Amino acid sequence: MAAQRFIGRPVKRIEDLPLLTGRGVFIADLPFANLRHAAILRAPYAHARILGINASRARGAPGVVGVITGNDVARLTRPFAVGVRAPVKYYCMATGKVRFVGEPVAVVVADDRYLAEDALELIEVEYEPLPAVIDPERAAAPDAPVLHEEAGTNVACRRKMTYGDPQRCFEDADVVVKAQFKFPKYSSTPIETYGVAASYEPGSGVLTIWANFMGPFILHSLLARSLNLAENRLRLIVPPDIGGSYGIKTSIFPYMALLGLAAMETGVTVRWIEDRREHLLAASSGTDRVAYRELAARKDGTLLAMRARWLDNVGGYIRSPEPGCAFRPIGNWVGPYRVQSLDIDAGVVMTNKCPTGPNRGYGCGHLYFEIERMVDMLADKLGMDPAEVRRRNLIQPSQFPYRTPTGGLYDSGDYPAAFERALKTADYAGLRREQVQARAQGRLFGVGLALAVDPSVSNMGYISVALDPEIRGRPGYLPKSGATEAITIRIDPLGKISVILGSTPQGQGHRTILAQVVADEFGVELDDVTVTDEMDTFTRLWSVSSGSYSSRFATVGASAAAVAARKLKAKLVKHASYLTEIPEQALEFADGQVRPRAGGQPALSLKELAGRVHWNAAALPEGIEPGLEATAVFGFPEAKSPDALDRVNSSNTYGFIAEVMAVEVDPETAAVKILRYVSVHDAGTIINPLIADGQILGGALHGLGGALYEELVYDEDGQQLCASFMDYLVPTAAEAPQLQIEHLASPSPFTPLGAKGLGEASSMTAPAVVANAVSDALRPLGIEITELPITPSRLWHLIEKARMRKP
Amino acid sequence: MKPPAFEYHDPVELEPALELLRRYQGEAKILAGGQSLLALLNFRLTRPVALIDVNRIRRLSYIKEQDGRLCLGAVTRQRAVEFSPLVREKLPLLAEATRLVGHLPTRTRGTIGGSLAHADPAAEYPAVFSALDGELVARGPNGERVLGAREFFQGLMTTALAPDEVLVEVRLPLMTAQCGWAFEEFSRRQGDFAIVGVAAQVCVVGERCKTARLAAAGVGPTPLRLERAEQTLEQDGLSERSIAEAAARAAEQTEPPSDLHATAQYRRHLTRVLTQRAISRALARARGERR
Amino acid sequence: MSESRRIRLKVNCEWRESRAAPRKLLVDFLREDLGLTGTHVGCEHGICGACTILVNGEAARSCLMLAVQADGAELTTVEGLAAHGKLHPLQEAFREHHGLQCGFCTPGMLLTAYDLLCVNPAPDEEEIRAALSAVLCRCTGYLGIIEAVKTAARRLREAISK
Repeated sequence: MAAQRFIGRPVKRIEDLPLLTGRGVFIADLPFANLRHAAILRAPYAHARILGINASRARGAPGVVGVITGNDVARLTRPFAVGVRAPVKYYCMATGKVRFVGEPVAVVVADDRYLAEDALELIEVEYEPLPAVIDPERAAAPDAPVLHEEAGTNVACRRKMTYGDPQRCFEDADVVVKAQFKFPKYSSTPIETYGVAASYEPGSGVLTIWANFMGPFILHSLLARSLNLAENRLRLIVPPDIGGSYGIKTSIFPYMALLGLAAMETGVTVRWIEDRREHLLAASSGTDRVAYRELAARKDGTLLAMRARWLDNVGGYIRSPEPGCAFRPIGNWVGPYRVQSLDIDAGVVMTNKCPTGPNRGYGCGHLYFEIERMVDMLADKLGMDPAEVRRRNLIQPSQFPYRTPTGGLYDSGDYPAAFERALKTADYAGLRREQVQARAQGRLFGVGLALAVDPSVSNMGYISVALDPEIRGRPGYLPKSGATEAITIRIDPLGKISVILGSTPQGQGHRTILAQVVADEFGVELDDVTVTDEMDTFTRLWSVSSGSYSSRFATVGASAAAVAARKLKAKLVKHASYLTEIPEQALEFADGQVRPRAGGQPALSLKELAGRVHWNAAALPEGIEPGLEATAVFGFPEAKSPDALDRVNSSNTYGFIAEVMAVEVDPETAAVKILRYVSVHDAGTIINPLIADGQILGGALHGLGGALYEELVYDEDGQQLCASFMDYLVPTAAEAPQLQIEHLASPSPFTPLGAKGLGEASSMTAPAVVANAVSDALRPLGIEITELPITPSRLWHLIEKARMRKP
Repeated sequence: MKPPAFEYHDPVELEPALELLRRYQGEAKILAGGQSLLALLNFRLTRPVALIDVNRIRRLSYIKEQDGRLCLGAVTRQRAVEFSPLVREKLPLLAEATRLVGHLPTRTRGTIGGSLAHADPAAEYPAVFSALDGELVARGPNGERVLGAREFFQGLMTTALAPDEVLVEVRLPLMTAQCGWAFEEFSRRQGDFAIVGVAAQVCVVGERCKTARLAAAGVGPTPLRLERAEQTLEQDGLSERSIAEAAARAAEQTEPPSDLHATAQYRRHLTRVLTQRAISRALARARGERR
Repeated sequence: MSESRRIRLKVNCEWRESRAAPRKLLVDFLREDLGLTGTHVGCEHGICGACTILVNGEAARSCLMLAVQADGAELTTVEGLAAHGKLHPLQEAFREHHGLQCGFCTPGMLLTAYDLLCVNPAPDEEEIRAALSAVLCRCTGYLGIIEAVKTAARRLREAISK
């Protein structure tokens, strides 16, 4: 292990200077010659047949270069592949039917965006409106309007899975808790919307697409197939800066196809910058979910089994990487508890809402909201302290690495220690005393707890759990697995270091993180390292799992950098051995030079060695390749494809989160005020605490946004009611609670640096902890929060109802 | 989200603006601060043939005291109202309400006249204007006329302004001695339009309520003057019981809408809570307590 | 009328001139005609605040102004905040306190904070939060930004008192 001068330190970010001075380069800032601009006509109906489109007036409008409609899309492209069997045809634009309000119906390419929007108004579309369905349970009913006639049902996928012996556990249980939960449809709405530019070169047949796309790059293959292009004729370039994503910019890919098609058809370079209305209507979000859960336990609080049946609402089309919403957390379905038996019925249903995709915490916000609420309900039923119920069921430090019944392999951790730290930091006992006093005064004061296992670095294989094991077992089925990242490090003739990677950071500071890792590996200064992270599928090394999602960078990216650095150091040692005639084993790379392990001379500096390799290539000894660069592709051996019993290690590293929150509910307005919020994380080795805490803070506010403020609401006809930031309520600085963060470090044994991901972090616990705290505050009234967001209006009605019940 | 094309005029005097309004026969819109109008244009929810920008008409921007009233030029920026020592001293309710209008960067451009003419029922200025029985001066082809709050707000975002009229001045009575004020608002986020807002100005003589001026925002198509609550205070005095009674009567008077953010019942309930809070806070101020 | 107009304005202490149709939004004019891409478009209806600039020294939404309305005005954009290559104390403090991640809201956030410190050089935390509520950030959870503004305010006051 190299000496760590930078890893673990709050190094100020390399990324900041251009961003603070207006010199960032986002998709809308990229310069192009002869650029034209696109605008998109969108469906006004949630469900309708398109009887005809007449774009002739638009084609003749001032400045218009061309118009693309669904007919072109149906003729020239193929539907996108998706990981379920339902024969759903999802094209990059509506081709005959529209299935959600805001679905693209036509694209105008014009000299500027103003003119393009003018021309949209000249396109005549004749629709035959059809009945819409919005509610997932209603959509799953046999008499519901069917969105996709080919599928014959709105249920895109349904899997029933059993682990252990849940039936017996429920029979033997002293107590069973049952509840229904509703999780809202919300989105992280990055402040930079989607943006795509495209240019086609007929000579080479290469289509280049620039987009603020975050991966995974498996979607490159889907795009190429959809556009009938060979993969090496489709070049994707990600601009240097992306203005936030949090999962949402995975789902930009249909627009990449659409703009690619527009460029090929019109022959011009064209850019489309999504506007906010388009984003809120038609970009992406997490799923809304209805879940029915049961929890079996002994009267001492020991959890025995969980039973869950849920429906995830993926909107008008099931779009890759859905149904990840249902299965992404499969390996951590039991959370941090020693439960061995589960009964799962996971359904994924299509309705006339905007399609969904990854949103920070992908599938985990839903999971922990349900589990952690159930644990509190159990504690209440047993008359136990909710902290005590949790204590009795936590996986113990001696049990790591811990194999969960669903196939997850929790790599490391000390859950009890982290939990106790959270309780102590928040002064849990003191909060409970305060609560007694507050209740005596008639105040609604509550304390909530939430625990979570925080999965990072998704194993691409988990998605195939959506298929029945029988299908996965058929001959010819290609199993899917893995999570890799490739990084190249180069040393130039004067000894300075360049790191090249294909990640797509959206504010996570990848350049800073890698500069820290590589500077430490080589024992040089941060300034000696330059990191380039502008993804380009023609020049970067990448694979299907590439991209910046599932909190993977600190784990898989930093590991690849460390391994590449070590390869390069080994080469330098080898060359120094040749030059000094000292055996390799007697040399080491330390403090920026190669020197004898025993100390003393000769010591060869990086600069000196690099100079010799570059300037006198012919003098290199046999067995040493010329050049000074190394590439490492880092992957995890435990990222296997699912087995026949539906067990899969769905992520590669697993952190832990323990949170405590105190709230007070205003009995008159039902407003929730957060008084105290403590969040303890164990994400292994922290490379940069400044960046790590930033991720936690941002994630927490995303989770609280979904729990208290944000929801994409539709009326019964499928009209979306919050297509502006006036109505879609993103929390502001005035609403952000103080958050006290603490870290424990149980390094991952599976990564060279011991780091785990924490990019999603508290986004998955915040809904649970606030729901528990508010329920606790309202316990005297007998109110359990089972539906989010907890809006003041909704909460006031719950309180009123309870007061009627218990005068 | 780009505005449709329009003709644009930015006269520096009022008369040419009036002439343009006449010429466009209802097809032109006045562009004041633009903080609502430009958003509507960007959404293409309105498409006037022409915009008549009054921002360069300097003489429509002033704050002065005249005949016991505060007179504000219609194009006075909300930011100017916020930081005006005169407003803070002579009509603190207006100053307090101003700080709840959007955010400072929108108050930089937004104007008091623009907000009143836009007549969003959840906005703060119309409620203050209604509570204080303000007057609006409109100038049209036949000269000026003065409109009171009751006649000005006619319905949801609809006012008594004729298509060929321009709002030129807003007049509000100055607060007299032994009065207190409060603007209580409940919104889900800082800076949002109110779910419900209540403007209150209460003047006392000893233990008696001399005048109570109350109006609510967000509970109907127009700002709602809470007369029944005012009467309760003026007749029954300022006991806690009377304040509670006044708040209850305020709530009874509302017929609020239900929407995405709040049900009608909740809005009615909030009217009671906020009226009670506003009266209490105004009263404390009237009695010289610092709150 | 709807034909393009000549617009002459001072941006970041420099006189600039170009033409624009009346409907052209000021933010688009800055970005497309003057090449000042530091000002960002986030919502085009005045809520997110990413496009906030200083108009005659006061923070305003450049998506809710027409370019023609800025004729003759003096504007400051994020590009004009650092003087002679030296970061403004707000910029320094944002970096120290990790007040930015993706950096997209940052220009609007900086100019909004700048305006706050002009009208209120010693804001308390509640005042800072109220002022910053004019700009939406989805990365930071705001706490780093709030700390940065506190730090910058303190340093600016110290610099003045020296």
